[in-house]
Amino acid sequence: MAAIVRVENLLKTFRIAERRPGLWGAVAGLVHRRHREVRAVDGISFELGPGELVGYIGPNGAGKSTTVKILSGILVPDSGLCEVLGRVPWKQRVETVARIGVVFGQRTQLWWDLPVRESFELLRDIYRIEPGAYRAKSDELIAMLGLERLLDVPVRQLSLGQRMRCDLAAALLHSPELLFLDEPTIGLDAVSKLAVRDFIRRLNRERGASVILTTHDLDDIEALCTRVLVIADGRILCDGPLSDLRARAGSRRSLTVDLVDPAASVDCPEAEIVSRDGQRVQLSFDPTRVKTADLIGRFVARHPVRDLFVENPPIEELVAELYQDARRDPPDLP
Amino acid sequence: MRDALTLYLRYAAISIRSQLEYRASCAMFAAASFVISAIDFCALWALFRRFGSLQGWKLQEVALLYGMVNVSFALAEGFARGFDSFETMVRNGGFDRLLVRPRSTALQVAGQELQLMRVGRLAQGALVLFWAAGELDVHWSVARLALAAAAVVSGACLFAGLFVLQATLAFWTTSTLEIVNTVTYGGVETAQYPLDVYRPWFRAFFTFVVPLACVNYMPAHALLGRGGVFGAPAWLNWVAPAMGPAFLAAALGVWQMGVRRYCSTGS
Repeated sequence: MAAIVRVENLLKTFRIAERRPGLWGAVAGLVHRRHREVRAVDGISFELGPGELVGYIGPNGAGKSTTVKILSGILVPDSGLCEVLGRVPWKQRVETVARIGVVFGQRTQLWWDLPVRESFELLRDIYRIEPGAYRAKSDELIAMLGLERLLDVPVRQLSLGQRMRCDLAAALLHSPELLFLDEPTIGLDAVSKLAVRDFIRRLNRERGASVILTTHDLDDIEALCTRVLVIADGRILCDGPLSDLRARAGSRRSLTVDLVDPAASVDCPEAEIVSRDGQRVQLSFDPTRVKTADLIGRFVARHPVRDLFVENPPIEELVAELYQDARRDPPDLP
Repeated sequence: MRDALTLYLRYAAISIRSQLEYRASCAMFAAASFVISAIDFCALWALFRRFGSLQGWKLQEVALLYGMVNVSFALAEGFARGFDSFETMVRNGGFDRLLVRPRSTALQVAGQELQLMRVGRLAQGALVLFWAAGELDVHWSVARLALAAAAVVSGACLFAGLFVLQATLAFWTTSTLEIVNTVTYGGVETAQYPLDVYRPWFRAFFTFVVPLACVNYMPAHALLGRGGVFGAPAWLNWVAPAMGPAFLAAALGVWQMGVRRYCSTGS
């Protein structure tokens, strides 16, 4: 099947008026404004296939939301090719947005003073959903997200977690083929976060929905995404499965061992001892040089062990490393 | 088109229902709006009581102008004031939300709010209009009634066009341009008096730039059986109201340009 999203060499530059300091500066600014060009998106290319759930991550100001705005028809790029469901979003805005769903974590799509049910009905009319299809879809979403008791509550009285669940349902009423989720778990408590994640996972795995998820919460990525796009300074640093990201960051793994004898000396040439605290030993090793199973086998053969476990470094560390590398050699602006 | 109307009515129903949640406040605003515009008319009445007539216009004739423009303005305010809060919407990013929905942006903005309190001015304007219609020595044929209705609706289109233009400016500047209010409210005040009391350049402005004369002064001439205005043929008075919808259409065209600009600058 054809790609759901195709982006090639996308460029977007913003002109930002520079404010000069002081009162005189403000007056001078009225007459002549100095502008600074900021390249928000600097030659991005990627494709999204049907049923893919891709995590789109990057530091603030990296160009994430600019990309999402271009894909959802809000912004027009300076140049480059972009097709969403076979259409150019900014040229055929109405046709494109009728088939995509957008959730902004920071802003609700619902009407503040309306009960949830009426917001849904208004969306039914906005998206021209057939009454039969609407009933089936809303019943399904209400059941999946547990919204039964929220339907008659005005949106302003909902908690953030409840509101997010309603927002997710609202974005899906018209059965979009592609979903943009912009920080859907921001500010949520642990229980709501898990509920939202679980729903997104089911949507993707069971219904085959294609999803682009932007987030700062790397647990979201770890829990949901098979593929990650890392963006910094308007460029894609890394595009591939989570394991690639780990490999690219040259990650080491850590092995934590609880020895039987807290006084025993540790001898392990294959790994580096990071710390030692009584019976607990922290080791760090490079999985490309020594296989995890071999390392454990040899270690256990030499020392009586009560317990041990292997961990990947937290994904935050990997991403921070990538960001820093990108900062160290910033891309040249023409 | 019919589909768009259905959606607009849906928005309207919701807006009315949420305003009825604050019934007392709504009633008070409506009453205030009635009183404020009634005071305007009292001033007009006092003026005519003192001077008898104004450049050959009687109070009843001027009341016709007054009633028509106020009903038009109240209709426009009621239906299109959603554009009023548009500036905030651009600033806080709420406009993005409208862009990701598969409907015209103008329709969605207009549907934001239908202001019930405008009923006050509407009632007051209508009262004066009906009083003038009864007092005047005019045979209210079907054609005349149709022209009066067309002029009122067309006037509402014109004011709606001004609201759209004012909102459109938010795409270029983030501060409200009070100058448009000068034209909007100034226009209402201006049209309450016969245009021949003003200086030529001022008349020209409200005829050719903001064609308020076409939706108020000229059709009133036709209704009162007066001839053409400022040397123009009399039949022009009958077709002049077409300028109201034309002005609205032009304003919506500028609105589209604004939307395109928003989409390329993101601010």
